[in-house]
Amino acid sequence: MEIYRSHVLVCAGTGCTSSDSLEVRDELNKELNRLNLDKEVKVVEVGCFGFCNLGPNIVIYPEGTFYCRVKPQDVKELVEEHLLKGRIVNRLLYNEPETEVKVKDFDNIEFFSHQKRVALRNCGLINPEKIEEYIAHEGYFALAKALKEMTREEVIEVVKKSGLRGRGGGGFPTGLKWQFAYNTPGEVKYVVCNADEGDPGAFMDRSILEGDPHSVIEAMAIAGYAIGAQQGYIYVRAEYPIAVQRLGIAINQAREYGLLGKNILGTDFNFDLDIRLGAGAFVCGEETALLTSIEGHRGEPRPRPPFPAVEGLWKKPTLINNVETYANIPAIILKGPEWFSSIGTEKSKGTKVFALAGKINNTGLIEVPMGTTLRTIIYEIGGGIPHGKKFKAAQTGGPSGGCIPAHLIDTEIDYDNLIALGSMMGSGGLIVMDETDCMVDIAKFFLEFTQEESCGKCPPCRIGTKRMLEILERITEGKGTPEDLENLEVLANTIKNASLCGLGQTAPNPVLNTLKYFRDEYEAHIFDKKCPAGVCQALLTYVIIAEKCKGCGLCARVCPTAAISGKPKEPYVIDPEKCIKCGTCIEKCKFGSIEKK
Amino acid sequence: MSCNCKSSTLETKDPRFQQLDEIIEKYKDQSGALSPVLHEAQNVFVYLPESVQIYIAEGLNVPLSEVYGVVTFYSLFSTEPRGKYVINVCLGTACYVKGSGKIMERLKKELGVEIGGTTEDGLFTLKGCRCLGACGLAPVLTINEQVHGRLTEDDVPSLVRLYRAKEEQSVN
Ligand SMILES: Cc1cc2nc3c(=O)[nH]c(=O)nc-3n(C[C@H](O)[C@H](O)[C@H](O)COP(=O)(O)O)c2cc1C
Ligand code: FES
Repeated sequence: MEIYRSHVLVCAGTGCTSSDSLEVRDELNKELNRLNLDKEVKVVEVGCFGFCNLGPNIVIYPEGTFYCRVKPQDVKELVEEHLLKGRIVNRLLYNEPETEVKVKDFDNIEFFSHQKRVALRNCGLINPEKIEEYIAHEGYFALAKALKEMTREEVIEVVKKSGLRGRGGGGFPTGLKWQFAYNTPGEVKYVVCNADEGDPGAFMDRSILEGDPHSVIEAMAIAGYAIGAQQGYIYVRAEYPIAVQRLGIAINQAREYGLLGKNILGTDFNFDLDIRLGAGAFVCGEETALLTSIEGHRGEPRPRPPFPAVEGLWKKPTLINNVETYANIPAIILKGPEWFSSIGTEKSKGTKVFALAGKINNTGLIEVPMGTTLRTIIYEIGGGIPHGKKFKAAQTGGPSGGCIPAHLIDTEIDYDNLIALGSMMGSGGLIVMDETDCMVDIAKFFLEFTQEESCGKCPPCRIGTKRMLEILERITEGKGTPEDLENLEVLANTIKNASLCGLGQTAPNPVLNTLKYFRDEYEAHIFDKKCPAGVCQALLTYVIIAEKCKGCGLCARVCPTAAISGKPKEPYVIDPEKCIKCGTCIEKCKFGSIEKK
Repeated sequence: MSCNCKSSTLETKDPRFQQLDEIIEKYKDQSGALSPVLHEAQNVFVYLPESVQIYIAEGLNVPLSEVYGVVTFYSLFSTEPRGKYVINVCLGTACYVKGSGKIMERLKKELGVEIGGTTEDGLFTLKGCRCLGACGLAPVLTINEQVHGRLTEDDVPSLVRLYRAKEEQSVN
């Protein structure tokens, strides 16, 4: 193997490639060639570092220097200064948002220093398209250990003891699920990976598949051995083309290396994998619907029980776990269940990957021990709220979850605490909202979502969510009545109790949860006909603040309905009769003198 | 079924049906073949018109109602022709709170179509979707498979121009 004095890691995840990281890579190779450094310095494409907002990101080792927002035209300077002369290029370093201090070491950046990477252990470190790099980081060691040193029962025991719970949302103990699938007798069993990742605002699974596909393949083979299955399926959303492509490459490489296929590692264990693509139906993330979809039908859920572990794919016993759940398995087998259960809280062991998005400075992917507080995530890792705005709520659990309000920011995040707050862990999307987000509007947003995605099989979900949505629409249009709140609650409870699958059973959560914590906002819409956050168009009036207006007349020129009038150099006024509340004037005003009230 | 689709002139002349034969052959003996066949057929035909659905139903020996049921269940399968570039604006939560609604409005105006519509020149189809998994870059849209992130409303016209220019180049 060739030895290089430096490695330049370039992120090739979805985020950074869309900000042209592949051009940066090409430029790096070109510059290195030009300066004859190509035998000394190696450029490696890696998976997501997590810091998507700052992409394209690169890290130069052995120093561990982190550069962000690197453009192709920066590469020449970077190569000449850093790689040739050994001088840091200050202007491309990361700026801590709170302190404005430039940080050069990867490990000292607050975004990274609070994290603990288990499921993401290889993301941003290895080239996901090279099985050799995965193996060099102890890849497939866990499979070898399981096959050669452990009985099937011992593998299940280790997973049970680790305390790992399903990362796909429900938090069901993984070891127990494996035990059920093992217990069901059957010649043919299946192992399935749920990579449908439907929750809007979540991209953990995508990053794992793009950055470390072998960890999932290895875990599925271990699961196959443990429960007695020979065939597995990975169900991936078609919206993730890079993930699909890398998974395909990884499966082929694993076959070439004899890590999938017949007689794996010289034992009599056979196991192989196929990819199945989703086709844009949210309900297919629900496990029974997913299995129906793999069978080639409309992805409608089936009643449980029977649970998939008893009667799943083609009526055979089937183990189904989420991508992140699987990604933890090799580490647990290698390092032992005690190591894993030493991380986290009493009932939620290990770490959790969150996708930080919305109104937060550092958007991206993070992995923290269970029990980390929301405050640490938002202010230390996330760098706070942009533009000096106030933090209002963090939404977790997607359309099945709810919002954690600002006064509960010291909540330690784990499965049980979130349920107690009326939200849920979900798959790990964490969307931050500030004072300009209206909670009634957000509840309406989620109901629109579930309404659209309801498969229509059971009436409580199909019709009930529609009625709830209509009420919310009325409220946001200023036509709400005092009974509406009560009606919402009655409907919500009926839908929760009577729906067939998890989609309907959890669909009312965003409403119930915001009614609990933000009831005053609902009341302001209904009784005062006001939207305190200034979002619901029908309830706003636009006014020009005379003291701030310089009389430049720009607003009058851009107004599509000629609702603004005035004389130059004097304050302008808006005619509320003509105003259609499009907001164009606010955006164009350079002096911030127009407000929505 | 009594119609003689296989021997109709349309399908024997159109070389894409030969490709479809190969796709059907590849999956025919697998269980759950319908959905991968539909995915690949859509890649070949751009959308799934009735003739293609009938052809697949016969090739895989499944009822046409089953094929139609599956095609209409999943939002990624289309029974309408689509433009050369499909613009998918993310309306997921992260993008929503960062203002993707305004980007959608601007695109509607710029292209002169509603959601689901295709421009007259057949170049663009405008669609909305729920989360592309690039939430760190919100608001986000994709044009075919290319992801465009951190957008503002004012980026819309230049983005559209970029693709129009690309098209003119490829024509000349
Ligand atoms: C409406 C609905 C959507 C779901 N979407 C997903 C999803 O996108 N990804 C996922 O892993 N689990 C999803 N789940 C949870 C799965 O049903 C199932 O619990 C999970 O795949 C089990 O894996 P785990 O035990 O490893 O978490 C969803 C559940 C419901 C009710
Ligand atoms: S919410 Fe838009 S990409 Fe996730």
